[in-house]
Amino acid sequence: MPELLLQFLVTGITVGSLYALVGLGFALIYNASDVVNFAQGEFVMLGAMTAIALLNAGMPLLLAAIIATSLTVLVGLLLERFAIEPAAGASVVTTIIITIGAAIFLRGVALLLWGKDFHALPPFSGEAPIRLGGATVLPQSLWVLGVTVALVLLVRVFLNRTLLGKALLACSFNRTAAQAVGINVKAMLRLAYGLSAGLGALAGILIAPITFSSYEAGVMLGLKGFSAAIVGGIGNPMGAVAGGLLLGVLEALGAGLVSSGYKDAIAFLFVLMVLFFEPTGLFGHKAAERV
Amino acid sequence: MRLAGFYLFALGVALLPILFPDNYFVIVVGASAGLHVILAVGLNLLMGYAGQISLGHAAFFGMGAYASAILTTRFGWPSLLALAAGLLATGALAWLFARPILRLRGHYLAMATLGFGVIVHVILVQATQWTGGPDGLSGIPALNLLGWRVDGDEQWYGVIMAAMLLVVWLTLNLVDSQVGRALRAVHGSEFAAQMMGVDTGRAKTQVFVISALFAAFAGSLFAHQQAFVSPDSFNLTVSVELVTMVVLGGLASTFGAVCGAIALTLLQQGLVVFEDYEMLIHGALLMAVMIFMPQGLFVGLSQAARRVRHRLKRRQPLPST
Amino acid sequence: MTALSSALLPSPLLAVTGLEQSFGGVMALAGVSFQVAEGLIYAVIGPNGAGKTTLFNALCGFYQPSAGSIRFADQELLGLPPHRIAARGIARTFQNLQLFFNMTVVENVMVGCHLRARTHLLAAALRLPWVQRQEQQLREWAIAALELCELADRAGQPAGSLPYGLMKRVEIARALAAKPRLLLLDEPAAGLNDTETMALRDLIGRIRANGVTVLLVEHHMPLVMGVSDRLLVLDYGSVLAEGAPADIQADPRVVAAYLGGAVNYAV
Repeated sequence: MPELLLQFLVTGITVGSLYALVGLGFALIYNASDVVNFAQGEFVMLGAMTAIALLNAGMPLLLAAIIATSLTVLVGLLLERFAIEPAAGASVVTTIIITIGAAIFLRGVALLLWGKDFHALPPFSGEAPIRLGGATVLPQSLWVLGVTVALVLLVRVFLNRTLLGKALLACSFNRTAAQAVGINVKAMLRLAYGLSAGLGALAGILIAPITFSSYEAGVMLGLKGFSAAIVGGIGNPMGAVAGGLLLGVLEALGAGLVSSGYKDAIAFLFVLMVLFFEPTGLFGHKAAERV
Repeated sequence: MRLAGFYLFALGVALLPILFPDNYFVIVVGASAGLHVILAVGLNLLMGYAGQISLGHAAFFGMGAYASAILTTRFGWPSLLALAAGLLATGALAWLFARPILRLRGHYLAMATLGFGVIVHVILVQATQWTGGPDGLSGIPALNLLGWRVDGDEQWYGVIMAAMLLVVWLTLNLVDSQVGRALRAVHGSEFAAQMMGVDTGRAKTQVFVISALFAAFAGSLFAHQQAFVSPDSFNLTVSVELVTMVVLGGLASTFGAVCGAIALTLLQQGLVVFEDYEMLIHGALLMAVMIFMPQGLFVGLSQAARRVRHRLKRRQPLPST
Repeated sequence: MTALSSALLPSPLLAVTGLEQSFGGVMALAGVSFQVAEGLIYAVIGPNGAGKTTLFNALCGFYQPSAGSIRFADQELLGLPPHRIAARGIARTFQNLQLFFNMTVVENVMVGCHLRARTHLLAAALRLPWVQRQEQQLREWAIAALELCELADRAGQPAGSLPYGLMKRVEIARALAAKPRLLLLDEPAAGLNDTETMALRDLIGRIRANGVTVLLVEHHMPLVMGVSDRLLVLDYGSVLAEGAPADIQADPRVVAAYLGGAVNYAV
């Protein structure tokens, strides 16, 4: 039994890392613009699918990953420029529908490019499972974990130590004041969308060898990322990371101990409970804002 | 006065099958649009008038449909009784769920309703012994209205349109009453509404339950009309489509919701021709409308028309009065 | 006031005792006490941040004061939600306009009649005859309130299309439509020009003549001094002085803390 629990934990943390990265993207965009970007999951899908297509075209993995991420960042910037910027100041409902429209549009593009089939990347470093105290770990899981930790640390250093990152956070506290002290709020918006798209794409590429990807793969991932952001306290980047990990572990435990079919229901039931009893998130907005 | 538009609409609905006899498209797409109108009008009460977003409305639609499907096929209940039981169960659940969920606002409310929708959908897929799982339930008997077995596309057109007109009439009455004004007041300024003596929590709960009931009603009709239900008809995509209808028509206008529902139904029918391009066009249209006409297609278009008329008028010399 | 005389007097309509309200350690109300007799026009003045609007929001149940008591017509209001307080007979206007911009002027005021109406959801949806009759009645009440505020000719217009001064008056009409015993006016003169302020002064007089007690928060000194029967001066969340306008103007502490040159305007 302890081995089984350990196994669930490993699976949960792997999946949770993915949610964490998507949730981090949500939080960054929410900080900069008060918009919840429902196309966040599509960034993950685009990253994975583009990398797979490039690899199949004969490109080496690393190059394929770099180009796929760059293309997704470009998509994120285009989304900001042509869908979010023109609708500045719109109501919550309007922005939700715009980003949902963008998600459907991107899914439509993916459907045209790659059809309805499932695709996968080969694992980065073999498939031989590693034994870890009774649990088996896929080498790819270690990749997911390692890169996620690195990315989260990078984002954290960026937000807290660099002028640009601090400017981005300033936007989230008070946009008018940020503008008044000379921060280019528009540029910050683009930065947030580009960064979120890049994080999403990398998450997609990392997970593509473990879970198959298709044009629809982004829907549930986007929702889980949104859940992670909400659980962590919306607009709180590190809270979103913690929320993602928690959600992933909970889901893996639910799938293992209750029923794998109900794992999504368990995850969302948890989110509902958090909303009902601790609506500002588990990792209080202000407490975790600063390090 | 207020009902003049309603009578005109009812007349149009009645005339359609006479003007286009034996026209499959009018009858079948019309019935489908009718169900969408019921759903959209109910959701508009919640979103447009009370100002509360719901991204999980397909769940209530599905609960009505599955209540009818399960009770008639597995327990042999008469269809009207099953419909009533479905309404009762959905209404009760909505009532229980309303208080905690409507305390939330904005994105939190969006997340909570969305989560609720996903949970219900997962249950429909997973509770196989009741719902038939992903394959759904077939062999749902015809709707039996006190001895009349509703059968065939024409009869279904009649029944669904009658139901739709009933729902639109009830909604128009409600919105135009003190209850409806209190509701709009909640949207306008919740604090001021409270100071006028409006129990805003109760008002929001009531409207949430009504909109759930309308959705369950549509679901029940849908189950009998199709004689088959499966979870795919009640997933997140459907919830999003319902929100789209309401927003497309323009929030806080019952006829706006009616128009939005009809427009999206026609659009879906039209886009089928484009096959693989359907999604792409759907998404692009959604973005375009929301960016350029955030008040909805119909307010947007009428404003554009007014601008054109205004410009034309200015070109003419002023009348000498 | 001796114990004997206070026993002989009728109990006040509103009695606030030791009201305390703090926000994150800052005492916005530090034990405020005062009494308002029925039929008076009672003004609350004080510099910005003195706690005037906080006092109003506490009276309305929007805040939950940490200590004290608010007795209205001999019943405790503390702890009741706003809509229950409204039902006891208190109506108010807002410093920042809180009109229902999604409605016409008369519809706004009809919402004000809410407590006088029977609201039955099913009956409304079915358009029962009594609902129709009540609609007529509510409209008449609303028009009467609009007439008192000289707004009857604007009844059918969208609330948001009115000039600012008139919007403020719609809020007063809306509050009056509830037939309150106590009307709270939160800076009704803010943003008004001189003519409008004079009209407001007449309106407040008419409201009192209709038997409504008025509690007024206002910065416009000529209006306050001209219209009120008694004044309460707040400073840093505490009562600085209380009394008739003439006494307040003569009170050196008030002059020092707040009134300054404004006293000269007094009517």
